[in-house]
Amino acid sequence: MTLDQVLVTVAGAGGIAFTYWFFLMRNVRAVVAIDSINITVNGGYSPEVIEISNGKTTKLVFTRSDPSSCLEEVVLSDFKVRKHLPLNQAVTIELTPQKTGEFIFSCGMNMYHGKVIVKESV
Amino acid sequence: MKKTFSIQGMHCASCVVTLEGSLSKIPGVSQTHVNLATEKATVEYDPAKVTDQDFMKAVESVGYEARLGERIQSADQDQAQKQQEMKDLKIKVIVSLMLGSLILWGSFPGLMDTAPSILRNFWVQLLLALPVQFWAGFSFYRAALSSLKHRTANMDTLVALGTTVAFLYSAVVTIVPTVVSQIGIHPEPYFDVSSIIIGLILLGRYFEAKAKAGTSEAIKKLIGLQAKTARVVRDGKEIDILISEVEVGDMIRVRPGEKIPVDGVILDGESSIDESMVTGESIPIDKIKGGSVIGATMNKTGTFTFRATKVGADTMLSQIIKLVEEAQGSKAPIQRLADIISSYFVPIVIMLALTTFVVWYDFGPEPAFLFAILNTVAVLIIACPCAMGLATPTAIMVGTGKGAEHGLLIKDAEALETAHKITTVVFDKTGTLTKGKPEVTDIIATHDLSQDDILRLAASIEKGSEHSLAEAIVKHAEKKNLLLTTVTNFKAIAGHGVEGLLGTQRIFFGNRKLMIQEHVVMQSNEAAMSALEQQGKTVMMLALRQAQGKPYELVGLIAVADTIKDTAKVAVLSLQKLGIEAIMITGDNERTAHAIAQQVGITQVLAEVLPDQKSDEVKKLQAKGKIVAFVGDGINDAPALAIANVGIAMGSGTDVAIEAADITLINKDLRSVSAVIELSRKTMRTIKINLFWAFGYNVILIPVAMGVLYPLFGILMNPIFASAAMALSSISVVGNSLLLKRAKLSL
Repeated sequence: MTLDQVLVTVAGAGGIAFTYWFFLMRNVRAVVAIDSINITVNGGYSPEVIEISNGKTTKLVFTRSDPSSCLEEVVLSDFKVRKHLPLNQAVTIELTPQKTGEFIFSCGMNMYHGKVIVKESV
Repeated sequence: MKKTFSIQGMHCASCVVTLEGSLSKIPGVSQTHVNLATEKATVEYDPAKVTDQDFMKAVESVGYEARLGERIQSADQDQAQKQQEMKDLKIKVIVSLMLGSLILWGSFPGLMDTAPSILRNFWVQLLLALPVQFWAGFSFYRAALSSLKHRTANMDTLVALGTTVAFLYSAVVTIVPTVVSQIGIHPEPYFDVSSIIIGLILLGRYFEAKAKAGTSEAIKKLIGLQAKTARVVRDGKEIDILISEVEVGDMIRVRPGEKIPVDGVILDGESSIDESMVTGESIPIDKIKGGSVIGATMNKTGTFTFRATKVGADTMLSQIIKLVEEAQGSKAPIQRLADIISSYFVPIVIMLALTTFVVWYDFGPEPAFLFAILNTVAVLIIACPCAMGLATPTAIMVGTGKGAEHGLLIKDAEALETAHKITTVVFDKTGTLTKGKPEVTDIIATHDLSQDDILRLAASIEKGSEHSLAEAIVKHAEKKNLLLTTVTNFKAIAGHGVEGLLGTQRIFFGNRKLMIQEHVVMQSNEAAMSALEQQGKTVMMLALRQAQGKPYELVGLIAVADTIKDTAKVAVLSLQKLGIEAIMITGDNERTAHAIAQQVGITQVLAEVLPDQKSDEVKKLQAKGKIVAFVGDGINDAPALAIANVGIAMGSGTDVAIEAADITLINKDLRSVSAVIELSRKTMRTIKINLFWAFGYNVILIPVAMGVLYPLFGILMNPIFASAAMALSSISVVGNSLLLKRAKLSL
């Protein structure tokens, strides 16, 4: 094996390890939403993980600033919600969860994800 | 200027007064109207004097919340915005494909010999590729960078990475060809690859967006049904007002050929009304005073006035739209696997691309670097996570939309998915297979009482009952002008009948079970009863005590028959054609039940089932491994509807039944039961084809792009073909879902 091949192999292995760490090992801190929370939609959802209380109505206010067509819909399938998000306009989704647990929400194409964590009380 | 915005926190009419007062105090506001039903305020104001902030402050000052920033733009504005986006995308597609083609002409082996020399110049190719990469392809970079900030990756990341690698390599070859020559590679740029890939992927995105718009067409159609204005009679004058301003209690006039604006009850006049657009019921219905009308349906012939009973979000159309929207937002269980794969897909593809580069660089033939680059680009470009993401939801959207068009309201994707597995359909008899309006057909006196006496006594005791049979008996007595007697201590015995006191005399009126329970002798009348039951008639027995101390005696029989619905027989036949067994469940005795079942073509009967036992019967069938659909309409059906794998409520049924059901047939057509199963089967087939295609595409073509076929067959994936395949994969999935629109339902 030549030196350049060794270097490419090491760099490739490093790249794979980095990709794994960067995308698949990230820790996202949950943000507590008491009555309502603003969620910015730009290359993903900020905040991405939201904690809400069971049995209480919480408003998730989505505002999309990313023109990517992928993000133009938000789907909270556990709550039977699929909403169109017009660019730069706030769209409110009211959730009144009836059970605790973790519920994933995503864009219309299932590329970008966020999570609603329902706890007995937050 | 006029503006409408939502208000949160309203709950009574006094809120309207408070809010209108507060808003009208803002200097510059000329008119205010707050609608409690729609929870919206409409204000006319001078935009030079009033800002959104003023409205918000005014609303907040009285304890409510105005949602001004929220989407209040109309569907038309949404449409215009979308059209502009599509127009921009189309320009980008045309420009990038044109420029890409010119580069391809000047660089593709064989083709380049026919190209003008200027196109063969690398610097010219770089200039042509630049706008494609950084103008047309800007959206990929923007989306990829935004995602990276969140440490996520998507399809844009892959396209941005793939085309950037091809573009940068080509730029290096063009700017410093000697460096490339020194490492033993013939300096040859690949601007055609980067440009054509961007052009083709944008083209795919363009067609995909167009096709996707078609998947939500049903909702748009339903929204479009809504009338814009209503002619309200106020102070004796008819005025046209916006639909959003109509309030409960308003008197509304409708002329021939006009749309009925909201739900209500006819006060005066009569007409024939076409309700097909909302309920799917094909034949116009004649309505008279007291009849209910549905908003968004079409008045055909007469003129009438009606009182609005439901407006805004409460109308039947709004409820249908809400239900369909919810169904389209729900997730089918079959999607779970695609969900899991989607969340890891892009990072895995990036890792595979890196692996491809290393393997080709280390072990590939010369020029290894070039092979490594081109195959890496091919891997990044061929991967298509979108097709997996679109496979299930697009089919569910088209399927539920198609159902709504035919008056089949499906609560969620799970119900639509389960419906294709149904093996057994249990029909409730009364009100489902029959019209639920029984009539008295025979009165037989078995003792010394006259037929009228028997009817009078039976009607007197049944007056307090809510059972449909009771209604038939009371009506029959009223028709005969019989004077009913007061009955005290009335008691309904579920599934048996009724009892009460007529003066001091206790009387019983009910079925065999009741007579057996009260030890009433029936033997001598058995032949007459059997004859009636064999005709499908329900026989009720009247028993009383002739004298104190004597046993109860059967004094008369009343036979009641219900008419079978016109579509019942065809509905059962359609199910049998689909290989599904049909069962009838009823409280009637075996003989009557079998006679009715025979008329509709049902061979399996669950007779003498008490209302609260219906759900147990469903459970028993489920225990035998059957996937059961229960079709019913009454309040006592709700537990069975809920426990069944798929609960199907007839639209004419009670709200409780509809609430408990997974599917509601608002067209009231029994053939819809088989139609909904057909729709489910077709939707599931579409989903399975979509998933097979989306998974198969990635599972087969990613390894091909990596070059696994090269050692044996010398086959490699050209990145341009990879981009064409990728663009096609999403379109094919959405296109396949759209084919569902053409599916014919046997209705």
